[in-house]
Amino acid sequence: MSKIAAVWRREFRQFWLSPVAYIVICVFLVISTWLFMKGFFIVNDASMDQLFGLIPWFFLFLLPALTMRQWAEEQASGTIELLMTQPVSEREVVWGKYLSTVTLLAVILILTVPLTLTVSALSQNGLDGGVVFANYLGAFLLGSAFLAIGGWISSFTRNQIIAFILSIAVIFGLIIVGESMVTIFIGKGASWLVPALEYIGLRQHYGSMQRGVIDTRDLFYYVSVIWLFLYLTTRAVESRRWS
Amino acid sequence: MIEVKGISKSYGPTLAVDNVSFEVHRGEIVGFLGPNGAGKSTSMKVITGYLAPDRGTVSIDGNDILEAPIAARSRLGYLPESTPLYEDMGVLDYLDFMGRMHNVPAERRRGRIDELVDICDLGRMAHKDIGELSKGYRQRVGLAQALVSDPPVLVLDEPTSGLDPAQIVEIRALIREIAREKAILLSTHILPEAQNVCDRILIISQGRLVGEGTPGELLSMAAGGEQYTVTFKGRAGAELRGALERLPRVSDVSLLSEEGGSRFRLKAEGGADLNEKLFDLAVSQGAKLLELNKTATTLESVFLQLTGTSASGDALHSVQGHDAPAAAEQQSGAAAAEQAKEAGDE
Repeated sequence: MSKIAAVWRREFRQFWLSPVAYIVICVFLVISTWLFMKGFFIVNDASMDQLFGLIPWFFLFLLPALTMRQWAEEQASGTIELLMTQPVSEREVVWGKYLSTVTLLAVILILTVPLTLTVSALSQNGLDGGVVFANYLGAFLLGSAFLAIGGWISSFTRNQIIAFILSIAVIFGLIIVGESMVTIFIGKGASWLVPALEYIGLRQHYGSMQRGVIDTRDLFYYVSVIWLFLYLTTRAVESRRWS
Repeated sequence: MIEVKGISKSYGPTLAVDNVSFEVHRGEIVGFLGPNGAGKSTSMKVITGYLAPDRGTVSIDGNDILEAPIAARSRLGYLPESTPLYEDMGVLDYLDFMGRMHNVPAERRRGRIDELVDICDLGRMAHKDIGELSKGYRQRVGLAQALVSDPPVLVLDEPTSGLDPAQIVEIRALIREIAREKAILLSTHILPEAQNVCDRILIISQGRLVGEGTPGELLSMAAGGEQYTVTFKGRAGAELRGALERLPRVSDVSLLSEEGGSRFRLKAEGGADLNEKLFDLAVSQGAKLLELNKTATTLESVFLQLTGTSASGDALHSVQGHDAPAAAEQQSGAAAAEQAKEAGDE
């Protein structure tokens, strides 16, 4: 545990030392608030749907920026050799690194709370607390899944740009396999595949939480995705010893 | 403390380390000596558990590096080749992180880091970022990092590469100072360094151990002891040759040339001093002694003899300033091994 904390601490501080954290937070808040407010007064409806509807697409481009250097940088600079010869297991390093990005994701989401409170104050009956909580939980789980995937891809390369672009591509692929535009086409040939694809699609489970429904199946889905990709990352890091 | 048994490691078709075995005991500094691409760095990566060997075992202070990796690595300090460090961390921050990784308790960590800053003379640089440091200071940070948990075993890959002569002297002194209670394995391609710093030397060439012993033992391994070159004037070469061969403890007399005097090369057996005898011989034969030159066997000649390549001899002279990144070394290492093999075949 203390090793995970040591890795977490180093990685989390890294985000603030190199101004990655500030840049990601500023860009996210400015653009999301702008797009949200643009529609907010036109629709004249005090709801957060606009913001949470956009979040998967923001995360698609912003979160890979947090994970791209995770392993690629260590592999390029050779520090991976020092790290992996410390008395620490691969799993501890993977978890420490992963949790540092999840913490930053939590910080980003917490910083949108003032916006939520503002909207709540502007609405006549206030926002439904349960729905807002489900929204935040959904965004947190969705983002956490993106981060697990991004970290895994970063472990393959020593080039951060490749890690960034490839993460976007893979996450994008995993989002759209469950979208109706894709499943309609596939349904014509192999209709039995459709439920499976809808289950795999990263955004489907987010959608129900966006409507305020917290279903254990959705929670299970995100936890499984995160666990799977952290496991794959651990294996990828371990396999380096046998190269 | 370090027990290496029959390790082999290949990168694809290239065999980088071939059945290497040795031990390093407490209080001993063992030098790993070999030309570039001989398999030094790969061996060290295997010994520290960064790479798993294809065959063989490594044990650190009784802990197998693959079976009990955490226990083994917690007894190990490692300075990888070309000193990779987290560039954007501060020196103190970095040492603190490494201390945490070794479970050095918080109350001891502070004191230990102060001590290391003192030992490694990092005082003026302690509050800078690692990225701002010169090569010499980076090397000290790397050494401090390896020492942070006060491990009984140290593995240092080219600890003096890329340093200026004054820094080299300091780092060597530092290594000797910390060596008393530890088992240290260090690699180098600089012969005087191995001779000055190490208690025992392992010579590796093309992935194999080709020689092992104290610097003294290695010197005596070189066949023939001292060599003399002498030139006489006034007598025919053939006559002098017979007289020389009759001298006690002289062997391998060869006539090099007869222009402007007869020039001979001969070997002295068992380190005998022939200076006076050769002079007396000239007097008794009625010849004039024009040249009397004694060449001692050097570790360099032992090294060249054991590694058996003149190509690697060139490498020895030209590599002092090299600091290629580890990645490049791995690739060029394979290429160099190939080259060395070709040179050996010729």
